[in-house]
Amino acid sequence: MLKRAHFKSKSLPYLLIAPQMLITLLFFYWPAVEALKQAFHLTDPFGITSLFVGLENFTALFESPEYRDSIGRTFLFSTLVCLLSLASGLILAVCTNRLSAGSKRRNTVQTLLLWPYAIAPAIAGVLWLFIFHPSYGAVGHFLNSKLDLGWNPILEGSHAMALVVIAAAWKQISYNFVFFLGGLQGISKSLLEAASLDGAGPIRRFFKIVLPLLSPTLFFLVSMNLVYAFFDTFGVIHVTTHGGPGGATSVLVYKAYAEGFIGQDLGSSAAQSAILMILTIAMMAVQFRVIEKRVQYGAK
Amino acid sequence: MVEKTPKLNFLTALTLTLAIGCIGFPIYYAFVAATLPLDQVNLSPMPLFPGHDLLANLTRAWTKAKLGDLLINSFIVASLITVGKIVISILSAFAMTYFDFRGRTLAFWLIFFTLMLPVEVRILPTYEVMADVLSPLDSLFRLLGFEIRLGVSLLDTYTGLTLPLMASATATFLFRQFFLTIPDELQEAATLDGATPMQFFRQIVLPLSRTNIAALIVITFVYGWNQFLWPLLMTTQKTMKVAVVGVQELIPTSDQAPEWNVAMAGALIVMIPPILVVLAMQRHFVKGLIENEK
Repeated sequence: MLKRAHFKSKSLPYLLIAPQMLITLLFFYWPAVEALKQAFHLTDPFGITSLFVGLENFTALFESPEYRDSIGRTFLFSTLVCLLSLASGLILAVCTNRLSAGSKRRNTVQTLLLWPYAIAPAIAGVLWLFIFHPSYGAVGHFLNSKLDLGWNPILEGSHAMALVVIAAAWKQISYNFVFFLGGLQGISKSLLEAASLDGAGPIRRFFKIVLPLLSPTLFFLVSMNLVYAFFDTFGVIHVTTHGGPGGATSVLVYKAYAEGFIGQDLGSSAAQSAILMILTIAMMAVQFRVIEKRVQYGAK
Repeated sequence: MVEKTPKLNFLTALTLTLAIGCIGFPIYYAFVAATLPLDQVNLSPMPLFPGHDLLANLTRAWTKAKLGDLLINSFIVASLITVGKIVISILSAFAMTYFDFRGRTLAFWLIFFTLMLPVEVRILPTYEVMADVLSPLDSLFRLLGFEIRLGVSLLDTYTGLTLPLMASATATFLFRQFFLTIPDELQEAATLDGATPMQFFRQIVLPLSRTNIAALIVITFVYGWNQFLWPLLMTTQKTMKVAVVGVQELIPTSDQAPEWNVAMAGALIVMIPPILVVLAMQRHFVKGLIENEK
């Protein structure tokens, strides 16, 4: 959109937008095009010879059981992270919103729930790795000595998965909390009072009024959380499990990294990048429709 | 709220107390571990009250992981990304809202689509571009029939660590959204008074954007400080590493003494700067975060 009142200048706008465009073209589009090109080629590890192989890299990927497992694991991991961090964020926002606005207590609670936002995923990984360490960590020790679960994320795939899910979800709760609280503050008090006069109790009010009015925020957060779980959790996984044990926590992004940088399989890594791009575009398309919906709702 | 709900109020207080406990526990636990000597941190269970060795552990982490150098790198990288991102975004948003030029719509969509191309998606090719940043020019020369390799590598440079992260669709759209709410009369009055576009930008637009800039400083600083994959790929020399990546070295492996107290001390040092920034600018940041992503 252009402002009605605007300047007339031939060269200035190009000058202003040039830095953004140069960086975008050089570091975003050029590599993306290269990735697509490589995905259809077979390149030796030194990048000297390159052979066009069509869809071979893709078919090889989808035929490999490890890659198919990795797809399944990525969806499991992302779903769990989203569910856990969205549900916690929503519950905390609803509780905080019950405290009287502007009160000291509310501000303190808000501050205390905010700090995981500032912590890097990789650091979150380090903290939880220690807490869940089977012999040295508080929770790990408790699970083994008191509950006798044989807890060992270093050897046991499902335990490692639980560890990375918790670490990744913990880091994201604050983000969801902030947005849900913002959404709750936007709901008009008179609406809730009217419902209460009509005899709706707090729980009924939540499900019949608050939740539907929050749905735009919720949809928005679902796509943001999916993007987070897909991409930003690389640090958590790299620090805690390195994708192991036996590939049990090797999600798609981690696999693309491991195969490209450690395995030096350029074609396969590029094909994996291409698949990830398609996935992101699909997610963003969904999100775009949701944003359109938000505008139609007219709710903020 | 509308009616008196003592039971629900109690439940609210209980949930919040428990949640604050759960959210804060990893940080508290790390803090306690960082204050204990090696023999105590390895007790099972580890004591839950702080000991006296905080300073010793911090010093050990500091020297063992060379945190001094790493923190300086992190500060430089996070600050460069913050300043660069804000400058680049505000200028391009200004161009897109206040000027009518050919390719304006194309520019908008080119920026918009970068949302779909996070670094993680195009790991290897981006790395290759960084290792040979003028390769697009080489290709251009090849098309023109010259065989030239300029061969400029941005690996292990601050430019490589920061430049690709400076272009941001979200920051550009935040400014764009805000500029669209500035009354047209301001621009008309400025033009009547004979102000050039850049004078209008400096004297009207920039002061009005203060709150947005403040919010973006927090969000971008935290983003820059917490980068992991990008600096991991971009740096091969130890001296160019950033703190979030370097702290990994402190995690004890199975063949080392389990110095978790030192690892936690290191983690504390690295997470304190972004926490301070967020807490200090909490109000701006919460507002900015919500507006930013809308």
